[in-house]
Amino acid sequence: MGRWMALEGTEAVAYAMKQIAPDVVAAYPITPQTGIVQTFAQFVADGEVSTEFLQVESEHSALSACVGAAAAGARAMTATSSQGLALMWEILYIAAAMRLPVVMPVVNRALSAPINIHCDHSDSMGARDAGWIQIYSENAQEAYDNTLQAVRIAEHPQVRLPVMVMMDGFITSHAVERVWIEEDDAVRAFVGTYQPACTLLNLERPLTFGALDFYDYYFEHKRHQVEAMRRAKEAILEVAEDFARRFGRRYGLFETYRLEDAEVALVVLSSTAGTARVAVDNLRRLGWRVGLLKPRVYRPFPDHELIEALRHVRAIGVMDRAIAFGAMENGGPLWLDMLAAAYRHGLHIPIANYVFGLGGRDITPSEIEGIFTDLMQIAERGMITRPVTYVGVRGEAPLPTPAEWALWLPEATIAGD
Amino acid sequence: MAATPLNLKVLSEKRTPLSGGHRLCAGCAEAIIVKQVLLAIDDPVVVINGTGCLEVSTTIFPYTAWRVPWIHVAFENTAAVAAGVEAAYRALIRRRAIPEDRRVVFVAFAGDGGTYDIGLQALSGALERGHKFLYVCLDNEGYMNTGIQRSSATPRGAWTTTTPVGAVMPGKPQWRKDLTGIIAAHRIPYVAQAAPSHWKDLMSKVRKAVAADGPAFLNVLADCNRGWRHDPALTLEVTRMAVETCYWPLFEVENGVWRLSYRPRRKLPITEYLKLQGRFAHLFQPEYQNLVAEIQAEVDRRWEELLRRCGEHV
Repeated sequence: MGRWMALEGTEAVAYAMKQIAPDVVAAYPITPQTGIVQTFAQFVADGEVSTEFLQVESEHSALSACVGAAAAGARAMTATSSQGLALMWEILYIAAAMRLPVVMPVVNRALSAPINIHCDHSDSMGARDAGWIQIYSENAQEAYDNTLQAVRIAEHPQVRLPVMVMMDGFITSHAVERVWIEEDDAVRAFVGTYQPACTLLNLERPLTFGALDFYDYYFEHKRHQVEAMRRAKEAILEVAEDFARRFGRRYGLFETYRLEDAEVALVVLSSTAGTARVAVDNLRRLGWRVGLLKPRVYRPFPDHELIEALRHVRAIGVMDRAIAFGAMENGGPLWLDMLAAAYRHGLHIPIANYVFGLGGRDITPSEIEGIFTDLMQIAERGMITRPVTYVGVRGEAPLPTPAEWALWLPEATIAGD
Repeated sequence: MAATPLNLKVLSEKRTPLSGGHRLCAGCAEAIIVKQVLLAIDDPVVVINGTGCLEVSTTIFPYTAWRVPWIHVAFENTAAVAAGVEAAYRALIRRRAIPEDRRVVFVAFAGDGGTYDIGLQALSGALERGHKFLYVCLDNEGYMNTGIQRSSATPRGAWTTTTPVGAVMPGKPQWRKDLTGIIAAHRIPYVAQAAPSHWKDLMSKVRKAVAADGPAFLNVLADCNRGWRHDPALTLEVTRMAVETCYWPLFEVENGVWRLSYRPRRKLPITEYLKLQGRFAHLFQPEYQNLVAEIQAEVDRRWEELLRRCGEHV
């Protein structure tokens, strides 16, 4: 049997790492990830885990050491945030292209400048096309569960790609939550032993890793990466199924909340989904048919599945905690992907973008109720006047309130009574 | 098992870990050095290679010139990758995934750009952490793979494409960085400077390096005839002259003890080295006489400093 523990998000992930007992962990401290490395360091110091723990001199070296270790046949992990992830950029692509199953918890934090230590998704969103699988966690329990599953997904013979597991900086990383920690042996049985297809330390069969490709082979190798990413979706579900069978907690590509009969839906990642659930409940009490969809897997992007889950609604709001500067309407990356997916799968309804929470700015249930009110108006009109709204920022025209919507269209408030 | 004796007859019968057919330039010192380094090691080796001439010329997919396990990841992280590989080796032995008695020597090769400049941080970190590996800097005194640009290893007065000789610039204005000294300051068990012209000295140093209990570093002068502008047949002659002029002294620092491993019978003037190379051709015009004198003075100063450190009479 496992047990309940009161843990911060970073501690929950460090706990997962201890139970995974990677052969090599190479990491560098950065706020708000630091809790992971220092908790793990204590496990090493106490002899609770026998990992080779490299306290490297930079994140660039952290991931480089993981690449070397993984190529040598070791199970390797690191963890980072923000600037650390930015410093790793070069090696992110290499880890993915060398098909090395490195697992990396990322504690989401804003990117400089201005320097800021608080949560937004600019860091991991910037790495969305680097070839890593990306899984977002709403709370400490999910961060723990996703970290365990990430090992299996990364090492899945049909995949062999690195995986990032995200949690929100401070909101999740530094909040103490009640987390169910599984039995060590049960985790060990679940993650199994890394079985590399080929390793640098196989002296009987010397191999060359990281050769030079020209125009005659590079494209094929990139094409192989596409295939791996395509197969990842199935592997993620397969691993989730086994996880549910062993531990009882069920995960999919995304999670929905009161979406079945919803007229409008909100799509949002990570901890904000918890806040959005409160807003959904508040508005449901007024009789509003609103629902929520929280993507878990962002890369590979489950475009088809997402659109099928949303096909019945009249308007969609996508909340982004990052800006894709210079992209269409200077919106957020999740919105851009949702627009493309809707177009691709023939869903022609208004999809509005709400950029929020940059640099850790708080988002409240009432602000999300404002977003839902805006969406109700959009659904009613069948069109969008403001494609991207920057929520809660000075100088931005405010969103309507539910009370205003009631004045504008009184029957909306009584529809459910 | 007794070590293979360092004599040419025996060594010539050993299978070289780097096979022929690679695409390094004719006369390139790197292939010579790599063979000297790896032939000196009897245990199985795993090679970690930073981006550069050696890497691009030996592993053009689907071919490889390497008969030993080899990995390349990027330019500035050779030491960090080596650290990861070495850590994996220790972890896999501990969980008995590989036999405990399997000895493996980890050898990293990187150029001066990847060592003096962009990779210095990763190298310093790996040395401080004490990973057991041999790092060999193939010092050709510039970014030769990108087409002869200056690095912090490029000597003063040398022409490169980014320190061209012009009306107001006499080639590179700065002195080269003393990397071997910087590495020695890390107080790792073994640090040495070597040259392929003195092969037995180089190979003996490799033997000591891999026997050391911890990180070892070898800085090897790697003549590049394309960048240094001379006949490809002169590689070892130019290298020998670097040693004989005391421009590139051969020494080692073993557990903090400095020792000169070769002292030229008669220290030749630096011009004997400079005049062999097109990159210094402009220095022989009258207006650069002073610069040549400054270069000679700096060589003398560094040589005397080294003699004192090694306890030799000056």
